[in-house]
Amino acid sequence: MSKYLLKLYITGHTSKSERAISNLYQICDEIIPGQYEITIVDVLERPNLAEEDKIIATPTLVKQVPPPARRVIGDLTDKNKVIAGLDLHVAGEERVKE
Amino acid sequence: MAASSALPLIEKLKTGIEGFDFIANGGIPKDRTTLITGTAGSAKTIFAAQFLAEGIHKYNENGVFVTFEESPHDIRQNIEAIGWDITTWEKEGKWVFVDASPEPGADAIIAGNYDLGALLARIESAVNRVQATRISMDSLGAIFSQFNDNSLIRNELFRIASAMKKMKVTAILTAERIHEYGEIARYGVEEFVADNVIILRNVLEEEKRRRTIEILKFRGTTHQKGEYPFTIIPNAGIMIVPLSAMELKQRSSNMRISSGISELDNMCGGGFFRDSILLVSGATGTGKTLVSTQFIHGGAINKERCLLFAFEESREQLFRNATGWGMNYDQLEKDGLLKVVCEYPETAGLEDHLIKMKMIIEDFNPNRVAIDSLSALERVSTMRGFREFVIGLTAFIKHQEIAGLFTATTPTLLGGSSVTEAHISTITDSIILLRYVEMFGEMRRGLTVLKMRGSAHDKDIREFTIDGSGMHIGKPFRNITGIIAGNPIHVSAGEVERLGGLFQD
Repeated sequence: MSKYLLKLYITGHTSKSERAISNLYQICDEIIPGQYEITIVDVLERPNLAEEDKIIATPTLVKQVPPPARRVIGDLTDKNKVIAGLDLHVAGEERVKE
Repeated sequence: MAASSALPLIEKLKTGIEGFDFIANGGIPKDRTTLITGTAGSAKTIFAAQFLAEGIHKYNENGVFVTFEESPHDIRQNIEAIGWDITTWEKEGKWVFVDASPEPGADAIIAGNYDLGALLARIESAVNRVQATRISMDSLGAIFSQFNDNSLIRNELFRIASAMKKMKVTAILTAERIHEYGEIARYGVEEFVADNVIILRNVLEEEKRRRTIEILKFRGTTHQKGEYPFTIIPNAGIMIVPLSAMELKQRSSNMRISSGISELDNMCGGGFFRDSILLVSGATGTGKTLVSTQFIHGGAINKERCLLFAFEESREQLFRNATGWGMNYDQLEKDGLLKVVCEYPETAGLEDHLIKMKMIIEDFNPNRVAIDSLSALERVSTMRGFREFVIGLTAFIKHQEIAGLFTATTPTLLGGSSVTEAHISTITDSIILLRYVEMFGEMRRGLTVLKMRGSAHDKDIREFTIDGSGMHIGKPFRNITGIIAGNPIHVSAGEVERLGGLFQD
């Protein structure tokens, strides 16, 4: 069912991390409801995953599927930038037309 | 006294980089961060990598390499070309990369507040994984350009630096600078992140590249000041030539050795001292190569190990010359007593020559070394570089307690002195001048011992001839004055006698 595979990297459960998580769910529920799957990765617990994805800054949101792969850095308070950065708009509209 | 000993002393960590620990008075401050800054191509990455490599193979200390610029693959390739097997060290868990290089074509979008917590977590995890005590981060400029928020990056780097201090790792950070002499680093803030600053330079001077290293500041501890030349040698990496820091504490010997020419030994009061440096100066064709050839031969036939560096003539020429003067170099070489190294001065810079020569001397461990000629090396360097080279080499040879003979070519046929002489005459123990003497339409040759430290010597200017058995020193020129000045004047026999009588009691 889910089309969007999103991975959010955080470093510990700081206020910045929590803000990023809640912002992400909010945006997804609004733009692509029911079509997403979110994995939260805490770099402190799984540094090897951050190593593989070459994550430097946190929070970092990584979109793997659908291509193209995209990254958005920050606590995702700038909603428009998140939508544009992840290409949610276009893909979402196509989905509606189907 | 009590107050000063109560202060916690800053411990130093030996980098293991040849010559560096000497100019750093023992190494870089332990558990602190040191910034290495330099222009493009100034060997920052090599320094950073060598810091880890020397730690692994000399002190059994593991390292973490954080790369912000090149991919680990590229660094592995470039560094392994120098001779350090990073791939094996990675397998053995001694070296680990933290790859923070930018993904090509993947510009991340910034949408809100962030920090570099992930980088710090990755560094901490890598340090813990291999129990690293050394870390290199190359280069800070790349992370500033990745994120475009200088004050945030600066604060984050500061946080990382203090976290590393807590982890008890000694860190090297590199940063690019734009001008050789000017602002310390490009973003103007890098130096504030680190406790210590070292500058690498790669200066173009009279069409020649000259690499130098300068320790600008070590917070709370001492170091040698000023720029020191360095070079990069395959299989060894960066080698610093600590010239002005050398100490004059060589031992002195009273033992005499033969110059290979018995008349010359007599003129020197019984031979050269065993650990002295001799300079033979003369115009082209006066017999400098002959003196060095005999000096080497004289040692080798007494079972001393002798080393000859030739920068003007080929092996074949040298061996043929020796044969012409009745000396069998082939046999001496077969017996392992002689080693001849011929090289064009232009093949390398002076720093490279110096280090190569030191390596050969250490390897062959000779009793005598001759260099024919020092002046040939003058061509490939600036005046300053040449001076440093001569001082460095002399100090090294004296330290090894071996006899050294250098030749220097004077630019004019009659009289004169060479640049080489001007630079080294004060550090040599003996100076022998070879001069042309024009007499009644004929070129004769004269020799004098100008200086012989710690010994009486013949003050005459004697005529010498060269034949199939080498050099033969004869009588003094009694009726000629002005030979050394290059302006020989014939004096009548009567005048000589009158002058001789003038100074008798």
